[in-house]
Parts: sequence; C-alpha cells; structure tokens
Amino acid sequence: MNIFKISSKNLVRNKLTTILNIILVAFGVGILSILFLASNQIGNKLEKNAKDIDLVVGAKGSPLQLILSSIYHIDYPTGNIPATDAYKLAHNPMVKRAVPLALGDNYNGYRIVGTDTSFSHLYGLSILKGNFWQKDLEVTIGSTVASSSKLKIGDSFFGAHGLTGNGDIHKQHAYVVKGILKPEGNITDNLILTNIGSVYKMHEEKHEQVQHHSSAAEAKEINDKQITALLIQYKSPMSVILFPRMVNQSTNMQAASPAMESARLFSLIGVGIDTLQWFAVFIMAIAALSIFISLYNAMKERKYDLAIMRCLGASRSKLFFLVMFEGILVTVVGACFGLLIGHAALEVIGAYQESSQAKLTGLTAVPQEIYLIWIGLFIGSLASLIPAMQIYKVDIAATLTKDR
Amino acid sequence: MINIRSLSHVYEKGRKIKFPDWRIEDMDQWLLLGASGCGKSTLLHIISGLLKPTQGEILINDTDLYSLSARGMDRFRGRHIGIIFQRPHLIRSLNVLDNLELAAVMAAMPIDHERNLLLLKDLGIEALAKRYPDELSQGQLQRVSVARALVNKPDLLIADEPTSSLDDENAAQVIEMLTTQAKDNGAALIIATHDQRVREHIAKTYLL
Repeated sequence: MNIFKISSKNLVRNKLTTILNIILVAFGVGILSILFLASNQIGNKLEKNAKDIDLVVGAKGSPLQLILSSIYHIDYPTGNIPATDAYKLAHNPMVKRAVPLALGDNYNGYRIVGTDTSFSHLYGLSILKGNFWQKDLEVTIGSTVASSSKLKIGDSFFGAHGLTGNGDIHKQHAYVVKGILKPEGNITDNLILTNIGSVYKMHEEKHEQVQHHSSAAEAKEINDKQITALLIQYKSPMSVILFPRMVNQSTNMQAASPAMESARLFSLIGVGIDTLQWFAVFIMAIAALSIFISLYNAMKERKYDLAIMRCLGASRSKLFFLVMFEGILVTVVGACFGLLIGHAALEVIGAYQESSQAKLTGLTAVPQEIYLIWIGLFIGSLASLIPAMQIYKVDIAATLTKDR
Repeated sequence: MINIRSLSHVYEKGRKIKFPDWRIEDMDQWLLLGASGCGKSTLLHIISGLLKPTQGEILINDTDLYSLSARGMDRFRGRHIGIIFQRPHLIRSLNVLDNLELAAVMAAMPIDHERNLLLLKDLGIEALAKRYPDELSQGQLQRVSVARALVNKPDLLIADEPTSSLDDENAAQVIEMLTTQAKDNGAALIIATHDQRVREHIAKTYLL
C-alpha cells in the first residue's frame, strides 16, 4: 500500500475517464512520435544518399526531378544527355570524380543502374558475396534486392522496360547475378548495378535487331551514345559556384545541387509536418484540459476521501502529491502508449509503402522521443496542479460534518 | 491524559461556545452529551486537532495540541487518535483490508498485516477483508471504520454519533464493540451522542 496503489486504484475505479484521458494523450504523443521518426528517417535518407555527391548533371527539366531520379531513384529521369558531352564534363579539371548513370529498366520495381566502377567508389560499396560486375549483362545486386527477390549468385533474370512494373520485358538478354553487396543502409541496397554497355545492349537490340556490334565496340562504355545523368564530386569547394553555372550556360544540360534541392524538398514537406505538429500539440492541449476537468470534477467527491486521509494523519503535502501523481500517472502511461502507437503505425505505414527506396520503419527510436515522455510529465503536472491545490483549501471539519 | 482548560470557540457567524474544563484519564470512557447543534462536533474536532479553538488549551499526554506544526499535528492525530464518524467514511476505491492499511500509511506507520486481520476477526468481519465498501451494509461499514480507527493503536478513540443511523440492535452492538475494543486496546473512549440508547452503557458523562 503506497501512494502509487491508492492513485492507480482510484484511476481504475474511474475507468472510462481514465481511458479517455490516456487515449487523448496517447494520440497526441503518437502523432508527434510518428512525425519525429518519419522526418528523422527521411532526413537521414536524403542526407545519406546524397553524401559525397556535389552535383548532378542531366537533361534539362526540373532540377528536383533530376535529383530524385538519379540520387534517390524515386522519380523518372528528366531525359538523356549525349555521352560525349558528359564525357567532356567528366574530364573538367574541377571534377574529382564523375559517375555516369544509365537508367531505364527495372526488375520487380528495383532499378537497374548502368554505371562504372566509380559508382562503387563513390558510395564506398563492398561485396558481401561474389564479385562486382565485369562483363556486359553481369549484375551486382543490393542487399535488399537480394533478400526480397530471393536472387542468388548465378541466377539470371530478365529486366523490364521502365522504372516500375513488369509490363515490357526485355526477353532478348538475361542478366546474371555475379555478386551481392553488403547492406549499406542507403539507396544502393535497393539497386541492381551493371555496366552501361548492358543497358545499351538491352535497348539497342530492340530497335536495331539487324545490326550486330562487334564485341569490342560493345565493351566501350562511353561512345556516341546517351546516358541519363552524371554524378559529380568536386575537387575543391570553390567549384560550387563556378561549375553549375558553366554547365547551365554553356551546355545543353542542367546541373542540380542535391543539397539545395533536398533542402527545397524538405521545406515543401515541412509545411505538412508543421501542420501535423500543431495538430498534435492541439490534441495534447485537449488531453491536458480533459485531465484537468476530470480531476477537478472528481475533487468534489474526493474531497471527502482526502478529508478522511487527513484525519488518518496524512499531511497536506502528501495528499497534494497524491492528486498530482494521478494526473502524472495518466499522462505518462498515455505517453508510453503513444510511443508504442507511433512506432507501430510507422511500421505499418512502412509495410504498405510502395516505393522500397524510401521505406519507413518503426523499429528505430530517436532521442527526441525522450522529450515526449517529459512533455507527458509536464502536461500531467500542469493539469493536476490546480485540482491538487484544492487540498490546501479543504476544511476537514466542515467537509466531514456535511453528508456525502 | 487529556486536559481541557478554559476552552471556547467563536464560530464564523459570531456565536460563541464556552466549554467546561474536562479531564480524561487513561482508558476512561466518557459520553459527550448534548442536543444537536450545541457544539459536540466542534469539541470533537478541537480534540482531534482538526479545528483550532479561539481560546484555551488542550493537552494530550502533556502535549499542547495546538502548539504543534500543521504537519506535526497531522502526524500526532494519525498516531494517537482514532476517529469514528457518524457515517463510516471509507475510501471506495480500496477494499476493506486496504482501507485499514491506508490508516497506517497515512500516519507513516509500518503496516501490521497480522494485527489488521486480528482486528477484523475481533469485530466479526474477517470474511469481508477483500470486499469493497460499496458491497457492505451500514452495520458492516461501521465495524470496518471502528477497525480502521484502531489500526494505529491509538491512545484515544473518538466516536461522533456512531449510533444515530442504526437500529436498536445494531446500535447496542456498536456501543458494546466500542467499549470492549477501547478497553482491549488500552485506549480512552469518548462517544459524542444525543442518543438516549447509549446512556445506559457508559457512566461518565460530560454535558454541553
């Protein structure tokens, strides 16, 4: 028998009110924790995937689309650029590393990316099993691709034209899995990597079935053909201003900075997050009000109980703490439920998400969530402060002589 | 044990009551008699440390009750005085045994589970230990409140109109219970009442 037991027994006695208050707090905290987790994970993903990439060069169009398609592999590419122009840029003295990308096909929704070895250097990829691709039609797959499509080394599969769906399958050539990448926790887990030649082969055969290339010509990755985009790393930060301007003004291509576009994207999402955040705060405020009202109303009946406890020798401060504790207990239980709801909801959202690239999970926690428990404590004590103050006003003698 | 000297109280409305001096020895049993509204409850509240009198002093075991701090008085009341109200005020959300334990917890005394069970047994309600107040009859509730008043082995047992809502049979039982329990637990007893049925059980009377 202690204060905890007295409070919880009293809460159990008023089940419905207690449940309502817990639900209100839980919803507020739940929404906030979803927001915290989701914005944290999205932010992390954006940052991680764009790490070390200073600039993306691609066909003219929306810079955001260019970034989304060639770094995050979410949107469709803006178009193609001549490989020769890209090659020239890649050898610009300001460029430290240039990674060509040739997109266009997918396998079960996982994008097949034609590139060269610089890609694996850029992302610091390492092999879990097997080898990197070497020849045409050899692929190295990301860890998520391997686990969800159950492809093993030596397996072969057909790519489908387009970036989603299995409609138009390239039946002429099959890819062979040569290796599986270590999980990196970024976009490369969801990619199928091959050389650019393979991507050309897929598409050339379709249009120019009569022609037969010599194997030497095929091995040459960058010739007079087209690629989708070029990921660029600068030699020095100085180039940040010069290089994009040069690309945008003197070539028929556009340069987009991942940092700027990600920030823009985040500010667009941010409006929604802000709104939801206010909504959650609003719910929490209602929860506080509801706890306040129920405690305050209950004080009429409890005044009696509290007067008895005073008679039994309890000091005012003890009873003050008792009432405070009830409010705090409700909000802390509510906050814990809220965190559970938040994580569970995010996990469910993640499970139903179409795009495997930006999958959300509820199985991680962020440090801000600790604040949510503190906020619960704060709201609980705020809401129960005024009812608890009543303790100091109760006239025991008068209360006890009156009938219940 | 209890010494009341030149005590008087002025109500908010200006009415003044003067209480005759009163000396209660250890294990004395007294009736506090008087018509309704003549200040019986007021005097009981003053003795239990719930209401500060306008004038006079009250010594319990040589402690001047109203010289204690608010907290000290709460504690003193919890440990030395057991109060039985006209209506048995139990905490509804707690069962009978928990209500008894509450008395110990509130007075910051250790919980003596054995003694609590024994008290319930002496009062013939040990079968109700796990029941909640809402499930009990008036008579049973009154017994529980007697048990609760005895939990901390008080020196003084105060009962305010304990029989007014009971029939003859129950009233006689409650008086019997109070006198024997007070005796068995070594406590002095004050019963405030205007109930004529009680008079025959207790000799000493203090008339207001």
